[in-house]
Amino acid sequence: MPKFEYAPAPESRSIVDLQASYGLFVDGEFTDGGGTAFKTVNPATEEVLAEVAEANEDDVDRAVRAARRAYDRVWGPMPGRERAKYLFRIARILAERSREFAVLETLDNGKPIKESRDVDVPLVSQWFFYHAGWADKLDHAGLGPNPQPLGVAAQVIPWNFPLLMLAWKVAPALAAGNTVVLKPAETTPLTALLFADVCRQAELPAGVVNIVTGAGETGRHLVSHPDVNKVAFTGSTPVGREIARAVAGTDKRLTLELGGKAANIVFDDAPMDQAVEGIVRGIFFNQGHVCCAGSRLLVQESVAEEVLDRLKTRMATLRLGDPLDKNTDVGAINSAEQLGRIRDLAATGDDEGADRWSAPCELPERGYWYAPTIFTGVTQAHRIAREEIFGPVLSVLTFRTPAEAIEKANNTPYGLSAGVWTEKGSRILAMADQLRAGVVWANTFNQFDPASPFGGYKESGYGREGGRHGLSSYLEASR
Amino acid sequence: MSERVDVRKTYKLFIGGAFPRSESGRTYEVASSRGKFLANAAKASRKDARDAVGAARKAFGGWSKRTPYNRGQILYRVAEVLEGRRDQLVAEVRAAEGVNERRANAIVDAAVDTWVWYAGWADKLSQVTGNANQVNGPFFNLTSPEPTGVVAIAAPQQSSLLGLVEVLAPVLLSGNTAVVVSSYERPLPAITLSEILSTSDVPGGVVNVLTGDIAEIGPWLATHLDVNALDLTGVDDADVARDLEAEAAVNLKRVVRPGTSTAQALTRITPFLEHKTVWHPIGV
Repeated sequence: MPKFEYAPAPESRSIVDLQASYGLFVDGEFTDGGGTAFKTVNPATEEVLAEVAEANEDDVDRAVRAARRAYDRVWGPMPGRERAKYLFRIARILAERSREFAVLETLDNGKPIKESRDVDVPLVSQWFFYHAGWADKLDHAGLGPNPQPLGVAAQVIPWNFPLLMLAWKVAPALAAGNTVVLKPAETTPLTALLFADVCRQAELPAGVVNIVTGAGETGRHLVSHPDVNKVAFTGSTPVGREIARAVAGTDKRLTLELGGKAANIVFDDAPMDQAVEGIVRGIFFNQGHVCCAGSRLLVQESVAEEVLDRLKTRMATLRLGDPLDKNTDVGAINSAEQLGRIRDLAATGDDEGADRWSAPCELPERGYWYAPTIFTGVTQAHRIAREEIFGPVLSVLTFRTPAEAIEKANNTPYGLSAGVWTEKGSRILAMADQLRAGVVWANTFNQFDPASPFGGYKESGYGREGGRHGLSSYLEASR
Repeated sequence: MSERVDVRKTYKLFIGGAFPRSESGRTYEVASSRGKFLANAAKASRKDARDAVGAARKAFGGWSKRTPYNRGQILYRVAEVLEGRRDQLVAEVRAAEGVNERRANAIVDAAVDTWVWYAGWADKLSQVTGNANQVNGPFFNLTSPEPTGVVAIAAPQQSSLLGLVEVLAPVLLSGNTAVVVSSYERPLPAITLSEILSTSDVPGGVVNVLTGDIAEIGPWLATHLDVNALDLTGVDDADVARDLEAEAAVNLKRVVRPGTSTAQALTRITPFLEHKTVWHPIGV
């Protein structure tokens, strides 16, 4: 496969008006934080983008109180059809300002503009649009007539899809009549803070959405605040566990969307070109910073060689580099810390005897980068087959029979997603039946939609996000 | 003429379809609500709890793979056998709960009816809790319910039979298997229910019943990595419940908190379901 040389085609960043420093968004206003301000950097260049306030315990308390007031006085009592119109406004404004959001997301996160522009931001707008329509139809959400919102939702989101995860959390919460205090990840707070400006333009009542920035400590204050009714977290399984312990014995409702180690299973009769694209999309999309990434390739032994040859050929054409360049396929690793984790875990692959192959690409000198990498000769005992790497590293295992594929695919404490590639319909359905995972992509991978429930089995967490099922996590049956 | 001396029953545990004594050799005295000796119940231990989880895990594959229609039929069969043994259950509920005969009859009626109600759900779940999702693209996209796995249940302490049925039946119908810790002071109806289950086509290991103290056995169930969900409905002590919920986080068990209503409801079923969404492109 030839690799065409393209001239650089960088998206202009002039559409983004970066401020030198950002405060917390509480009760409809930007305010100072009581903690120690921190810097957020562009992971592709290590350039400091802005200084961001850190919310301490008092700030979190202020935000929760603002959310409670807004819930009691404005948002809770408001008829669903009126709430809906605010959400429609937000969806439209997000679409209108989509380029600005895409550029800012790419600057702060390091993901290719192609993805933030064509995947993240369109889905964000769609998420609000879909949920807007729910706000006045909650009687049909599956909880019987007149279901009730829970109250104040504490939401903590990760850095891999900063704005999209905000939408996954905020849209259903607001549609159901809850108010929120959201904490974005410390390495990617900027699009959440820009979302505050969308709330302003939409004239969303003060206190309905509050954004507190900070790291783990801020998150802990938020989820353990006594006046919070619902906790929703997306992130690592260890932190999810910590949160589950923190809410034990309280009345707080909890949903967790945690880690994964998805098997992407390729049978010998798979549509080969699509399967190779699916493998690439499965693990290299968003630099592999995807909880549902297809990080374990299970390929049928009889076609393993062919699949690997084609995969390597395809990987050699991936363009890694400036995330703002419209031709870039693989962007920057989000942080130095994450890059370190990826390197350490990949090193165990070498140590434990797997064979490493990386796409031949030049890594920029500044910034955090990791070449798309595959390990072959991986056994189920290897750490790279068991632990979530959260980076562009694929572990390749083989199987002979469907039963062996199922056995290996399910041999993990996680259960978030899985992929199946075969042209045989009955086999797809049989595999989908037996895979213990919340999302099964057959002859496709990494598809997301606000109408489609997403979430895991086992240690990948509990509850679903998206669709009627996700909405119901923010409601309770009328008493 | 002397009166006939009755033959009394030994009440044992129910694990993997068998009725073993506790491996610990321990028993505890069970008295009626009026303080009369009824029986020595087995006092389940950590080892018994682990055996029960092992049996439940082993049974999960087969039970969850049966067709919903078949599960529904088997559970309906349980109700039939329950009805047939109602006199014994009425007597045991009277002794355990100190209620009069009329009330005990009403309790057994409700237990049978509750079992029937949940049995009928087995083949309707996916239509009611599943979904065909309209996604923004040419994809088949279907969400279906599945059982979450092995469920450990703390049965209500007061309601010895009806309470037990109200927490057990909603777990089973979707294909989960269960380890139940019965009421501590009123365990005998639970063992009689076990005998009913063992003669009702319910495969061994689908239901495992431990008599004993939830505060003692609970931590072993809450921390067991082969248990997927924990129903704390019958834990009366708030500190014990909080600790068990916290321990359940070790493998992110789904938790139902104490005080959750035991009334017949779909919301009794859904905490023990996973929802799986399958995508496939549409094209020629």
